[in-house]
Amino acid sequence: MIHVEGLTKYYGDICAVDHIDLDIHKGEIVGLLGPNGAGKTTTLRMLTGYFTPSAGRIQVKDSDMNEDPLSIKQSIGYLPESAPLYQSMLVYDYLDHVARIRGLRGDERFQRLQALTDLCGLREIMHKPIATLSKGLKQRVGLAHAMMSDPEILVLDEPTSGLDPNQIVEIREIIRRIGTEKTVILSTHILSEAEATCDRIVIINKGRIIVDGTTRELTTGRQRAGRIQLALQGAEADAARRLLETVTGVQSAEIEAGPDGAILQATVTCRPGTDVRADLYGAIKATDWVLLEMIRETQTLETLFGELTRES
Amino acid sequence: MRQTLLIFNKEFKDYFASPIAYIVIAIFLAFAGWLFFSTFFLYDQAEMRRFFDMLPFLFALLVPIITMRLFAEELNTGSYELLLTLPVTLRDIIFGKFLAAVAFVAAILLPTLFYALSISWIGDLDWGVTIGGFMGALLLGAAYAAIGLFTSALTRNQIIACIAAIVICVALAMLDQMLFFFPPPALDVLTHLSANAHFKNIAKGIVDSRDLLYFFSIAFLGLYATHLAMEDR
Repeated sequence: MIHVEGLTKYYGDICAVDHIDLDIHKGEIVGLLGPNGAGKTTTLRMLTGYFTPSAGRIQVKDSDMNEDPLSIKQSIGYLPESAPLYQSMLVYDYLDHVARIRGLRGDERFQRLQALTDLCGLREIMHKPIATLSKGLKQRVGLAHAMMSDPEILVLDEPTSGLDPNQIVEIREIIRRIGTEKTVILSTHILSEAEATCDRIVIINKGRIIVDGTTRELTTGRQRAGRIQLALQGAEADAARRLLETVTGVQSAEIEAGPDGAILQATVTCRPGTDVRADLYGAIKATDWVLLEMIRETQTLETLFGELTRES
Repeated sequence: MRQTLLIFNKEFKDYFASPIAYIVIAIFLAFAGWLFFSTFFLYDQAEMRRFFDMLPFLFALLVPIITMRLFAEELNTGSYELLLTLPVTLRDIIFGKFLAAVAFVAAILLPTLFYALSISWIGDLDWGVTIGGFMGALLLGAAYAAIGLFTSALTRNQIIACIAAIVICVALAMLDQMLFFFPPPALDVLTHLSANAHFKNIAKGIVDSRDLLYFFSIAFLGLYATHLAMEDR
């Protein structure tokens, strides 16, 4: 569906995107993951035809971006980060304007506007100026903009950034619903978001692809050193460290006095591929300490990155 | 073509959605009306020549205010990204915006047709000359609008776009009155570069193809420069 070859973008001397090769198939939801400044937005801007690449080729279906950008733009719906819509227009006027530019006429246009109003939940705000909308509502209008021509490919740049938790859930829900029949490419710097919505994750750092794999491969296939945090009451620091380090599978334990002194915060690092929670609990149960908390740290993007860059 | 019209439509409506349009129209009518009619009866001639004579300068101050937001605002808010990723070409965008600005200049000129009507009631107005003058005024506005569009494409800041365009337009308008600054060999060339010198003929009722060519060239150069500036982004 989308074929990208040697895609490169320079800003002056700075190389933002460095020879990216990517093939995206029909019906995939692809998450472009990376820290800020990794080149995600630049890549998406080139895919949508906003930026001209310094080198490389973009092919969508059978069209080449250099030769026939209009037909590619016709089949891509794009929502840039923070949905920069025309502030002074009313939501209805804006969507109507987009529908006309997208070439929808008469009844067809009216029906499409109706359908999008329902899908994105815009009925109440249809006659409000865009400038007065909250960020979440603007994002929904932006989604309606992107889906106007019922495009085969949807490109979303950080669709949930700056939204509150409820809005994030709503937007993800909409994306999943669209993703059942469309090809979706979205960028994010939140790993859990990519896990929750994408079939395939592409991790970019410093303009290069470091990892490209299905979500399942990335989250379960690799064996990582896990970390567990404990809060202990009535324990003494040295004794606690000695005890925790005797548990099989534990690599090291760090102890810190908690804010009020009585509670110790312990961070246990365990060997890859082991689950030591039961053994830890057993060891603590044998003492007279009280176990207040036991939290397995969820893998953050930072730790994943650390590992991935070390591996390569 | 259809896309150009849609963009024209949106931009032209936008003018009337904000108060700027009404302020610009009010200022123009107040100034032009006062400057024109305060001496009109002293000259005791039923013609609009003195009205047209002041347009090169007046438009040089007003048209940049009309054009300053066209690209600068979109670049500043980022909405240009959405616009360019829709199935439109850069040419559609530039022509649409340019035509909207020219149409707005026409909207400003429209009420001054009433001056012509009033004069024709009290005297013997030469309609041919007057209509020619209005056409010329529109051409002048188009040339300035292309310059304003270009400076608007250069920056995200509307104020800078406006001032830069005013500087260029005023320079073009006043060039023939500042000739004493320049060495004699340059005088001939500079006179021909002056918008005022070319517009004077039109205001007098002489429609010379050289003058038309001048305004068309300025408009073309402005639009072409805009295309180059936006393509580079």
